[in-house]
Amino acid sequence: MLTYAIKRIGLAVLILITVMLAMYAMVFLVPGDPASLALGPRATPELKAQLIARMGLDQPVWVQVWRFFANALHGNLGYDVWSRRPVLDQILQVFPNTLFLGAVALGWALVLGVALGCAAVVWRGTVVDAVLGILSVSMIAVPPFVIALYLLLIFAVWLGWLPAIGAGTPGDWASQFRAVLLPAFSIGITWVGYLARLVRASMLEVMGANHIRTARAFGLSELRIVTRYALRLAIIPTVAILAVGFGSILSSAVFVETVFSRPGIGTLVTSAVAKRNYPVVMGSVLFMTAFYLVVVTAADLLIARLDPRVRDVFRG
Amino acid sequence: MSSVAEALPASRRSGALHRLMRDRMGAMGAVLVAAFVAMALFAPWLAPYDPLKLDVMHKLMPPSLAHWAGTDQLGRDTLSRLIWGARTALGVAVSSIGLAGAIGIALGLVAGYGPRWLDMALVLVLDSLSSLPMIMFALAVITVLGPGKGTLILVIVLVSIPGYARLIRAQTLTLKNADFVQAERTMGAGPGRILARHILPNVVGPLVIVLSMDVPVVIMLEAGLSYLNLGVKPPEPSWGNILYDGYTSLRSQPALVIAAGVPLVLSTIGFTFLGEGLRDALDPRLKVGPR
Amino acid sequence: MTEPLLQVRDLRVAYGPVQALRGASLNARAGEVVGIVGESGCGKSTLAAALIGLPAPGATVSGEVRIGGDDLLALPEPARRRLRGERVAMIFQDPMTAFNPVLTLGDQLIDFQHRLAEPRAAKRGRARAMLARVGLPDPDLALHRYVHELSGGMRQRAAIAAALLMRPPLLVADEPTTALDVTMEAQILHLLRELRGEHQGAIVIITHHLGVVGELCDRVYVMYAGEVVEEGTVEEIYHTPRHPYTRALIACDPAHVAQGQGHLPTIPGRVPDLAAPPAGCAFAARCPLASARCATPPPRHRFGPTQVAACYAVAP
Repeated sequence: MLTYAIKRIGLAVLILITVMLAMYAMVFLVPGDPASLALGPRATPELKAQLIARMGLDQPVWVQVWRFFANALHGNLGYDVWSRRPVLDQILQVFPNTLFLGAVALGWALVLGVALGCAAVVWRGTVVDAVLGILSVSMIAVPPFVIALYLLLIFAVWLGWLPAIGAGTPGDWASQFRAVLLPAFSIGITWVGYLARLVRASMLEVMGANHIRTARAFGLSELRIVTRYALRLAIIPTVAILAVGFGSILSSAVFVETVFSRPGIGTLVTSAVAKRNYPVVMGSVLFMTAFYLVVVTAADLLIARLDPRVRDVFRG
Repeated sequence: MSSVAEALPASRRSGALHRLMRDRMGAMGAVLVAAFVAMALFAPWLAPYDPLKLDVMHKLMPPSLAHWAGTDQLGRDTLSRLIWGARTALGVAVSSIGLAGAIGIALGLVAGYGPRWLDMALVLVLDSLSSLPMIMFALAVITVLGPGKGTLILVIVLVSIPGYARLIRAQTLTLKNADFVQAERTMGAGPGRILARHILPNVVGPLVIVLSMDVPVVIMLEAGLSYLNLGVKPPEPSWGNILYDGYTSLRSQPALVIAAGVPLVLSTIGFTFLGEGLRDALDPRLKVGPR
Repeated sequence: MTEPLLQVRDLRVAYGPVQALRGASLNARAGEVVGIVGESGCGKSTLAAALIGLPAPGATVSGEVRIGGDDLLALPEPARRRLRGERVAMIFQDPMTAFNPVLTLGDQLIDFQHRLAEPRAAKRGRARAMLARVGLPDPDLALHRYVHELSGGMRQRAAIAAALLMRPPLLVADEPTTALDVTMEAQILHLLRELRGEHQGAIVIITHHLGVVGELCDRVYVMYAGEVVEEGTVEEIYHTPRHPYTRALIACDPAHVAQGQGHLPTIPGRVPDLAAPPAGCAFAARCPLASARCATPPPRHRFGPTQVAACYAVAP
């Protein structure tokens, strides 16, 4: 298990380095230098020279690359072109909001998605199953930010029940919770659909197994068989998908955070992209890729814990 | 033997298209997709107004007989803009997915059939690319190239290639050692002939299914990035741009945002349903169970 | 004569065009051990599934399976479920896959007693006692084990314990020794013979192994191509087999083949296609005694009070 873990982590680090190199290559392959792109039409020679010096663009490329990596290792992701604030500070300031949003979205999606998946299995072949099938495909298909816009209109603008913008007052849990409801619902709905389908499919596979027949032969109720005997096995592929799906949660968050003007990694990056604020974009991409790789690697190790058979394979 | 054929479930007897049409979800998807494509193709004839024509006297009008979906901040007819938006969405989807599919096939065939070192190098690059959070990669590319329709298409191509190339590679590797390919090789057929005659026709089917399932994702991405002003630039009508206009006038004229969401939701649902139907009909192996 | 505990009348099961069972009838009285033998593909497993009221999904079933008077096939599913585990229990063929891999043996043995309104501790005690009864060396430890942690013989003992837990009047054993090696097989047969004395109800043993039948059974049904072709006591079937198929089967049993003969005799020809079974005797195509009349269904001839064979050629 240890060698497996080391291998996985090594691969993740390798990917991270490749990503950063690729991004640097991209910046230098494109005509025009980052400083004038960032300044746009406002560029005067003095401003430009100032910015080039500040961003270290007067150094040879390999020195820039080396500096970036060395700094990143020390937790320094560079400085904002405009505000000159450290990029890492900005990320760490808003990241908890995004994490909270993602967690609430996944949480309710997991509860409802697994429940709907189980319901489809218990009533498989009936109208319930058919309706749930269409419903879950529709939930997967609808763009989260459109749902976000509709929810914003209905619950914030028309009914006024929930706040339309922001992430709540820091320290005030009630306001933060109220602020997270609509965005989390919008992001989670895709996942309700995914999970319902996935749980149904892997559950049906498990339901064909011999041990399920044994449980039936002892007269256990279908509901008990589904929830106790099948679900634990069926949940294993779900964990794997959830981790990989973190990327898609993040993608929805970028759009949905903007709809609700909610401070988070999504709003931070999109505004930086619009202003072509390279250090912020590069720092955020590095941070999120690293976080994503951590999640995926952790999920792999979690799967080994959930299934006693896998556990023993690693132990032996 | 006729008794055997009759006893088989009807779905196993009929052809792929028949089964597809039997599948109500697939049929519903086909109708929605047909409507979407028709909207895109015949936009100049279907749209009642010029989508770019300003009429500030009639800005932010609610739906009426003259303007079925109302007007936006600049008095442009929303319905016309939505119809033209279908053309933008379809254009981006077809060009980016077509391009990504072609490059994916080429890379996949090379990796699967070419020398081993090349395969290993390509797999490392493809694996690294696909282990990135897609949206972060997309935003990084947009930062470098600047937002616009061309960048948008390039971004979608770049994020789609790894998945396609990996699929084609896996299929090629399986087929490479299939008996009929081996037989052809012993008959002296060169790699070009084998790839073109035997491998390519067999790997295209699964790819088409995957491509069709990706269309709604691309439509969503186009609208989303345009909504963030990082995709198609206004005033060119895009569903994302119109949604953004609707967002800015959410309180003064909610009809705009409501109308703008409808075609986007219907077309992504349509393409998803059709993709599901296609997959069931063409490749039952991928099917997870009766719906 | 007492009413038979198990009465199967004209049982027909088809999977689409394939007629796996074509009108099988049999019965078993309390205190009796009944064997059902035949080659693979003769419908044994289908019969086993029907006996516990769990035909494969999509199968069309007709006929009667009466257990203690109630027709299992006519009952609605909830009532059928009540009979399972209470009136009929099954010892499954492959104990490795017959138990759930992610629940401990104890969890499952307690679940199988779900009909009893007793505290968990009492159920655990009964499970423990039953594991001790079937000869598991350390029952307390075994309760905390997952199946993959048990040896093949222990698993089979646990499967027998599970079937006996609720003391059901009818016990069905589907190939109880097939998954075991020869020494294990002997031990399990020994255990089953012991239990036979204690068990008040009827036991139905389904096997392709004539040795198992000879060891354990009072009466035997010989099946071929979805039909019962001969029935009789073990002595009658072994010493005076009437049906040509039974004779061939016994001639091919390795235990009966004379030493130094050098080769194993086999029955020439193949089992008929059950998607288009012959109208008359199914064995006719492979039968040395076949003649033109065998194209019509053969009569069931009685040979004494207990022996019946369905064949033209062996009239008493």
